[in-house]
Amino acid sequence: MIPYIACVLLFLIGLYVVISKRNLIKIVIGFSLIEYAVNLFFALVGFKKGALAPIITSGEQVRMGVARNFVDPIPQALVLTAIVIGLSTTALMLSLALRLYEKYKTFDISEIRRLKG
Amino acid sequence: MKGMSLIVQVITRLMAGILLLYGGYITLHGHLTPGGGFAGGVLIAAALILVSLAFGSVEQVERREYILSSIFESSGGVLFIGLALAGYVVVDSFFRNAGLYYLGQPLQLVSGGIIPLANIAIMLKVGAGLFAIFLALGASRFVMRE
Amino acid sequence: MEGRLLPLFVAVPLAGAFLVPLLAKLWTRFSDLIANVVLALLLGITVHHWLMLSSTGMPMHYWVGGWRLIGIAMWFDALTALILLITNIVGFCAALYSVRYLDRYSSGRWKFYTLLLLLCAGLNGLAISGDLFNMFVFIEISAIASYALVAFGTEEEEVEAAFKYMVLGEVGGAVLLFGIALLYARASTLNLAHLSQVLIGMGRTPFYWFVIATLLIGFAIKMGMEPFHAWLADAHFSAPAPISAMLSGVFIKVTGVYAMCRIMFCVFGVARAETPAFFNLLIAFGAVSMVLGGLLAYSQSDYKRLLAYSSISQIGYILVALGIGNFWGIAGAMFHILAHALSKGTLFLTSGSVERATGTRNLDKLKSLERTMPLTSWSHILASFSMAGVPPFAGFFSKLLIIIGAISARMYWLAFLAALFSAVTFGYLTKVVKQAFFARKDVEPTKAKESPALMGVAMLVLVVLIILAGLGFKGILDYLVGPAAKVLLNGLEYARLVLGGY
Repeated sequence: MIPYIACVLLFLIGLYVVISKRNLIKIVIGFSLIEYAVNLFFALVGFKKGALAPIITSGEQVRMGVARNFVDPIPQALVLTAIVIGLSTTALMLSLALRLYEKYKTFDISEIRRLKG
Repeated sequence: MKGMSLIVQVITRLMAGILLLYGGYITLHGHLTPGGGFAGGVLIAAALILVSLAFGSVEQVERREYILSSIFESSGGVLFIGLALAGYVVVDSFFRNAGLYYLGQPLQLVSGGIIPLANIAIMLKVGAGLFAIFLALGASRFVMRE
Repeated sequence: MEGRLLPLFVAVPLAGAFLVPLLAKLWTRFSDLIANVVLALLLGITVHHWLMLSSTGMPMHYWVGGWRLIGIAMWFDALTALILLITNIVGFCAALYSVRYLDRYSSGRWKFYTLLLLLCAGLNGLAISGDLFNMFVFIEISAIASYALVAFGTEEEEVEAAFKYMVLGEVGGAVLLFGIALLYARASTLNLAHLSQVLIGMGRTPFYWFVIATLLIGFAIKMGMEPFHAWLADAHFSAPAPISAMLSGVFIKVTGVYAMCRIMFCVFGVARAETPAFFNLLIAFGAVSMVLGGLLAYSQSDYKRLLAYSSISQIGYILVALGIGNFWGIAGAMFHILAHALSKGTLFLTSGSVERATGTRNLDKLKSLERTMPLTSWSHILASFSMAGVPPFAGFFSKLLIIIGAISARMYWLAFLAALFSAVTFGYLTKVVKQAFFARKDVEPTKAKESPALMGVAMLVLVVLIILAGLGFKGILDYLVGPAAKVLLNGLEYARLVLGGY
């Protein structure tokens, strides 16, 4: 139960950073925190007490019949995909932040308000 | 030409080959050990970034490197789609695992059908892609002109 | 029935997106050629499958890789047909339009077409996917492509709008992933049909409602529902014109409304009789969107911004219609998705034409363009009539269905609100028409040339489709919109149909 609560706490901290900080880079870092929290939560979902990692490591496991006591491998594959998506998102956000700095000469989001209405 | 200091350049000359080799190793054993295409691709990109940082100023990256990384990235993608369609055309079903021993023989390197080839395609795409991202962030003046 | 060609919906645009950077190095115009050919091909495949569905009446399925019941399923039924038709029609017209529109950007044609093909690949994949996490991946693919496309011009305002849009959209995606993780933790399966059967056995516990709320927040951010509408106006206003057409007409509906409908109706099996709270929530937020969007649109002086606020209002209409919950309401929502995609697409394309010809989007400066740009003006006028609900165009029938649905569910105040805001829509759209296109006779027309042939053809295609959809209203109701609404009403049929073959 404790790891799940820690994930939700991390998510809320990230959300707080995105909402209330004014520096562009801090907003990107806050979004990364949100993404870490969700990925961690998803990876923890597959855990079973006292189980092994889902990799066949020796011939005896093959002969004994596998999948006897493995942690669920599906969330691990899904989290890998989600991490890749998060990586490309962060890269795009950072390049947008760089371009914003070149155009507006500041990282402060309260001054980047040319669009009104 | 700017770059980093002499010590860094010497060490990079030694390490770059080993990093590339390790990335390839992780990719090729992707169906047996954790890792696979994505992790191998990240290592390849790290090696390329290391060389680019240590030996030259990032602003003076050559047009040739940029175009090559774009070609590699697209080729990786096309190879992946080609593998998927190969399952469609050759066997019976889209993305069907076609090829040798496709049901997988545990602990053997030559097994798993097209999965090792798919891993290689992903390694190409991710490695070239991450290097292109680095170029876009760092050498932005050059990339914008393209 | 097995649909052998279903994977092509995903494979063809992805292959195009990967080929464009390679081949564009040989000849720049290759990218235009590949993009248009790919999207035309997609349109052809969509129409072929729709005709097959209409004639046999049986939805098509496909298991990727041949792994039955443990793999990813692809599923083509009436709802999918409607969504794929609007995606590929608007996508094809946007690609046709871009061939000349991109002349104002000095470089980077291949980047635009790669991103456009990725966007279409994501939307197509989302529509036919039958697997929960697969839907999430395609939502994210199309969302990332759209963020990059909004920032395509790299002027200050565009990059600012793209950044704001991106942060909000990705937080929505993270919330969506959180909901999917919760769902997987409980059900241990990701296939939509199997999931719905597992959920029936679990009952309406508080956990069930928490997951619905989380997923609803994620989808609400993606579709611009209140209170998360702040990004819509800036993003649709700053994007290049064909991309605004795709975003406003297709993207917010497919990744927001369609994904929400598929999950809520077919997986969770909400129905008006059993869970009125959910539907009343939709009506409440939809009504707020409708009112707010309409009122804000009235006071805008920039052409594209007005259209963007109007999109918020129309999404409110669709949500209200979905919330009404009976057959006429849901059919009205589906028909409005079709009508709005075509009309708003045309309106954004005409705004791009006007901007290209005159160099400005400010309504106060555009005068009496009907004399110099007749094709553009008439496309705009006909599309405005459709959106405002003037017979015999498509928009009239969709609003009629919504009002019939409201009256037959005895929500008279909703019918009144819908009719009132239909009048408001008419008001702000004719304001544009009167001021920019038909001014007084003695005013000098703004200097403008008519749009080039390809842009004109794209707009013409959409306008003709609007007129046909209006005139062939009965046929569309029977063959396209009606079956789609029935799919949503009998939500749990989905599971029986998918798994019934085994």
